[in-house]
Formats: sequence, structure tokens, C-alpha cells
Amino acid sequence: MLVPSLLMGLDNTSLANGKIFDKLSEYGFFKDLGRQIPSDGIYPYSLKSPLFSDYTEKNRFVYVPEGASLVFHPNKVFAFPVGSVLIKTFSYENLSSDLNRQLLETRLLIHQANGWHAETYIWNSDNSDAYRSIVGATIDTQFSNDKGDIIDVRYRAPNLNQCKECHQLNKMLMPIGPKARNLDKLEKYESGYKNQLVMWHEIGWIEQQLNFIEMVNYENANNSIDARARAYLDINCAHCHIKGGSGDTTGLYLDLAETDKLHLGIMKKPVATGRASFNLRYSIVPGESNNSILLKRMESLDPGIMMPESGRALAHTEGIELIKRWIDQL
Amino acid sequence: MIGKNLKNLLRSLKRFLRPRNYNYLILFAVCNLHAALIIIEPNDNSYESIQEALLLAKPGDTVRLTGGTFYLEDSLSLDVPDVKIEGEGMDVSILEFSNQKSGAQGLLVASDNVTLQDFSVLNAKGDAIKAKGVKNISFIRVKTEWSGGPKSTNGAYGLYPVESENVLIDGCVAIGASDAGIYVGQSKNIIVKNSWAKENVAGIEIENSYYADVFNNTATENTGGILVFDLPDLPQQGGHDVRVFNNKIVGNNTDNFAPEGNIVGEVPSGTGIIIMANSNIEIFNNEIVDNGTVGIAVVSYSDEHEDENYYPHPRRVQIHNNIFKNNGRNPDYETNEMGKILYDISSGKMADIFWDGVVPFSQILFGQPRDERMIISGQDNDAFITINPIKFMLNLDNVVIKDISKFKGAINSLPPVQLNESSI
Repeated sequence: MLVPSLLMGLDNTSLANGKIFDKLSEYGFFKDLGRQIPSDGIYPYSLKSPLFSDYTEKNRFVYVPEGASLVFHPNKVFAFPVGSVLIKTFSYENLSSDLNRQLLETRLLIHQANGWHAETYIWNSDNSDAYRSIVGATIDTQFSNDKGDIIDVRYRAPNLNQCKECHQLNKMLMPIGPKARNLDKLEKYESGYKNQLVMWHEIGWIEQQLNFIEMVNYENANNSIDARARAYLDINCAHCHIKGGSGDTTGLYLDLAETDKLHLGIMKKPVATGRASFNLRYSIVPGESNNSILLKRMESLDPGIMMPESGRALAHTEGIELIKRWIDQL
Repeated sequence: MIGKNLKNLLRSLKRFLRPRNYNYLILFAVCNLHAALIIIEPNDNSYESIQEALLLAKPGDTVRLTGGTFYLEDSLSLDVPDVKIEGEGMDVSILEFSNQKSGAQGLLVASDNVTLQDFSVLNAKGDAIKAKGVKNISFIRVKTEWSGGPKSTNGAYGLYPVESENVLIDGCVAIGASDAGIYVGQSKNIIVKNSWAKENVAGIEIENSYYADVFNNTATENTGGILVFDLPDLPQQGGHDVRVFNNKIVGNNTDNFAPEGNIVGEVPSGTGIIIMANSNIEIFNNEIVDNGTVGIAVVSYSDEHEDENYYPHPRRVQIHNNIFKNNGRNPDYETNEMGKILYDISSGKMADIFWDGVVPFSQILFGQPRDERMIISGQDNDAFITINPIKFMLNLDNVVIKDISKFKGAINSLPPVQLNESSI
């Protein structure tokens, strides 16, 4: 359909130099935009433990300039070369028309010469294109959950500042998901299923031997509750609750590498919490999920209380259940 | 008339010529070559209008909010440096968040060299205005308010700069916060002046911060007027060099309405000033009137903690030339722990100045180093009380010391805080 013009020769230089299009189609990232089939040289990827985003389905793609490679840092996201793009499309199963899916928004993280840059594109109703939005968007819509219930949602596509609230580390905009530990899983490629790290090595992006802390898929009940809970907190909370992150102010650090019990919230007193304390005294009381502020803030839908602060309008029932079980067995 | 105008002119000339403002003016001139003024009126899409202006603003621009009420459902944020957001007056240009659906505060500032001026933030669901990790942030005649009176369901902080450097809060008003009306946390180089804090749990709070001047403010009808605190296990701690002077701290007798779990929930109603676990503090020339429990309390952080880098005791505190009137007449001793201790040791004759007397164990045995001791001067007729830790530990009589003259000494004034604007 569309010619992937940008991905040829000189054009990824223009991406690196800050070229931004008004329509998503103009980048040429997709052979078939509406069905989210990527152009050659753009690879799908998925995460072992994904961030909860109001039960949307997320299609992720990555583009790395020809011949360039990534740098591995233990416990951090891969360092992508300038000119790389991470593409993420959010969608719901469509209830109101004969289209299969309602595409909501596509977010781009473009690695420009002066650092990562975020853009948001909002889809039109027939999935024919998505349009750049500065202020994000509020999309009042519905979807059908696993049980077949129809759920109303005030879905918020973020503006640039809101992207940054989560995607910043030490004041620099950064990707969150593509850490080695979170990519260590099978993905479906045109050629069939393959572990993503193996595939990325075969493409020539990364070395074969990487040493990283293993992380489990929090949805997989075969793993221990502790491993699942720590994976959940890592991917859903630790982008802010990490030293240098947006939520470092109060000394609550929830990343997988944190070992200090107090900084993990165990018997930690609230700081700057206000009414979000629910009149409770500690973030986490081992064995007492009902007395743990952390769980209460996951359950809340009140913007002055809820965690995460943005990117969520619904409660994540399965995540709440997991963290509840984890606290109760601590 | 002419005389008055001339006086005004001279005053503004003087202001103009003050060296501290000079850098600022030069900078302003340079930045303003291509500066734009973006004017926004209340409309059906007030959120989109304001947020778009804040996203597209260029350094040097001013975003002006006209008079009127802007009804907002989502939190606003600014991340462009050298931008000013100004209204037409704190009671004229109003950002109203009663129907807020997303965002943990009314307005978030994440960029350097920002001035917020002449508008108000009303009924935010969380904090009203937060500035995190920024340099050179000025709040000028800004108001934050929860309009339903003191309630535990109000947001925690009104004005909330944190992890910031060069913080100016001038001529602001903060009403109804369920934690602190004006809260400066984990910051450095701070001036809070000419402001008014009412019906908050804490009127003004300086926490885990370095170099703060708090002066010419009025704190009234809060639970506690002005707090200078330091807490363990935080990225920045060891608060020091704070001056609290020329403030009116009057009638802070509102029942503590902080949600439980928050440290300010431990403040007794009827408190003028509390200094907790800070070093190099000077409290002087304040008018401390009609506070039902105590005028000034100097205390250690008393909860358990395992933070080896944390020093829980106040040291080098100087208190002088404050005026106390009519404090301690209605002490909060039935529900509040500190209030009860004060009431018990004084047998109900509450003190103007209280020190809990808690020092490290080695100092109980060998005494405090001379240069760390509290000094109280020019307060000879005010009621003072402290506890003798040895007698207290050994359960002896005469645990209480009321002789204020024991703390006499020469005042070593702390230097004024300089907002280091040259770092722009």
C-alpha cells in the first residue's frame, strides 16, 4: 500500500534530525496501517510483563537504522542508536462497528540526535490513519472484557508532558519496556516464533551473551507469587518509583533490583501522601493487605489518590489480586 | 498625590536597581526579543487551550489567563523553561478542579526559570501546584484553596515545590490543605515571604531543606502555624539554616484534620511553631499570639528509624526577641501525644517555648557541645519549659526546668538567603 520511503537511505537521517509528520501514514512504518502490518525492516516486539493500560491491547514495533547496533546495560533499557523508533499502538476490540479493532492511539518514541522524543497520533474512526495530537485526547469508549462484560472507559491519550512523567529518568526522556529481561520471550515473526533476544542477535542488533536479572511474566501462575509481584511492581510502578524517577521524592523504590525492605515500602511511613494514606500508617504491612496503602492506591479511581497517577482510568483487577496475595503472604 | 507618586516611583527605581534583580532584568531583555504573549480566555475547552499553550510555549513566552473561571477535568503541566504563567489576579483568574478526572495535582511544573503569578488553583483533587526538581521557581501572588473549609478529603499541599533550587514564594495565599498550605520539601535556597496561610493543618512547612528564609507571613487558623521538619529515609535530609522571622502566627487552633499516617497528623492543635530535627535555626521577631497549646516547640524526631545517615535532634537553635501573647490557654492534651506531655510536665500551665530536651545518649552523659546548644535571648519574661534527660531517665523529681536564663547567650545571626539567580 504505502511506500516505506522514510526507511530508505537518507531518510532516517531526517527522523534523527527531528522530522515529524502530521499523519502516521507519512512515516511509512506500516505496509498495512489499519491492520498494523509493519514495513520491511520494522520488527514487532512484545514484553514479558507489560504495563497495565486500561485493558488495551498493545502492538509494539521497533525500527533500528540499517547496520546500527544496540548497547546492553544490565538492569536498564537497551541503548538504541540515534534514528531508532519505538512504535506502540493501543486498541480495543471494536464493539460499535464492523471493524475488528478500534485503534485508539499510536505513540512514537523517536531517538533524535539530541535525545528521545515522544509523539502521539490519534486514530480516526475507520482506522485509515492517525493524526498527530499535541494535547493528547480523551476518548470516551467501551470494550468487552474477558467475561464478555461491556466496560465504559474514559481513555486518555497522554500529552507530551504526561509521556515524560513516566518516561523520564534523571530528567531525560527514555523508553521503559525494552530491557533485556523483559524481552526474553518468544515473538511471532514472519518466519515463525523465535526468542526476541535471539532474533535481535541474528539481525545484528545485540551480542549473544547478556547477563541480566531474570524477570517472570506476572500473568503466569506457574511462577512464585514473589517473583510475579516483583515483576508487576517493576513494570507498572518502577519507571517513576526508582532513584531519579518522577516518584523518587518519597523514597519508595519498586524496581526489581531494589533489596532494601523499607524502600520497597515494607513498614514505610507515608510522606506527602495526604488523603491517599486512607488513614493507614504504612505503605505495606506484611500479611495485612487491607492495611497497606500501596494496595489501596492501586484500587482507587480517584485522581488525587490513584497510582499510577496517569495512564489509568480503570482498576487492574488481576494486578490488585496479585499484589494482595503477595502482601498477605509476606 | 504627586508626593505619593514620586514615592512610588522612587520605590520602584530602588527595586529596579537592587543587584539581585539586575541579572533577572538582563536575562529578561535577552529572552524577550522573540517572546510571545499567549492570551487564553475561559472557554468550553479550557483544558485543551491552556495545555496546548503550555506545550507549545517557547522559552521567554508568557501564557496569560484572563479573568474568569477555567473549569478543568485534567491536570495541567508545564515543561518548557523560561515561561511565565500569569493571570489577572488571584481572585480574578481561577483554575477550578472540582470536577477533576485525571492527574495527581492541579498544575505540575517540571522546567526551570518559571514564574507563576496572579491566579488561583481551586479544589484540586490532589496537590494544587507541584514543582518537582526545578531551578528558579517563583510563585507570586498565587492562591491555592480548597473552598469547603478544613477537611481531611482536601488535597495534601497547596504550593508544593520539591527537590528544587531557588524557590521564591511571595504574596501567596494558601487555604484548606490537609497537610501543608505552603510546603517546601527537599529543596535549597528558599524564600517564603508576604504570604498568608489559613485553615491548613500546617500553615507553612519547610521540610528536609537547606537555606530558607520565612518572613513577613501570616499563619492563622491552622493546626500549626509554621513547621520546620526533617524526616529520615528520604533522598535529601539533614535540614539546616532556616530563619523564621517577622511573621504573625496567630490563633492556630483548628483541630488536626490530617488523614492519619501523615507526620503532620502528630501536630497538636494550638501550635505556633515546631522545629524538628534541624540544625542552624534562628527564630526571631515573630508575633506569636493566641495559640492554644504552645508558642514554639523544639523537638527531636521520636519515631523509630534505621537510617544511619539521619540525625534526629535539633541543634544550634536560636530563639530571640519574639513577642508571645496569650498562648497555651486551651491545650490539645486529650488526643494529642505532644500536647499531653506538655500538659503533664507543666501541670497545665502551658509554656510559650518548649524544648523536649532529647539529645544523643553520649550528650546525656557528657553534655551538649557548647556550639550546638539552644540559645534563647530577649525572652526573659516568657514561660519556658524543658525536660532534664538524666532526671527523667532515672525517674527523679524536678525533671522539669523552667529557668529560661540558663539558655542565655550571644546570638550569632544567620546570613540572609540569597536566591542564586546567576545560575540561570
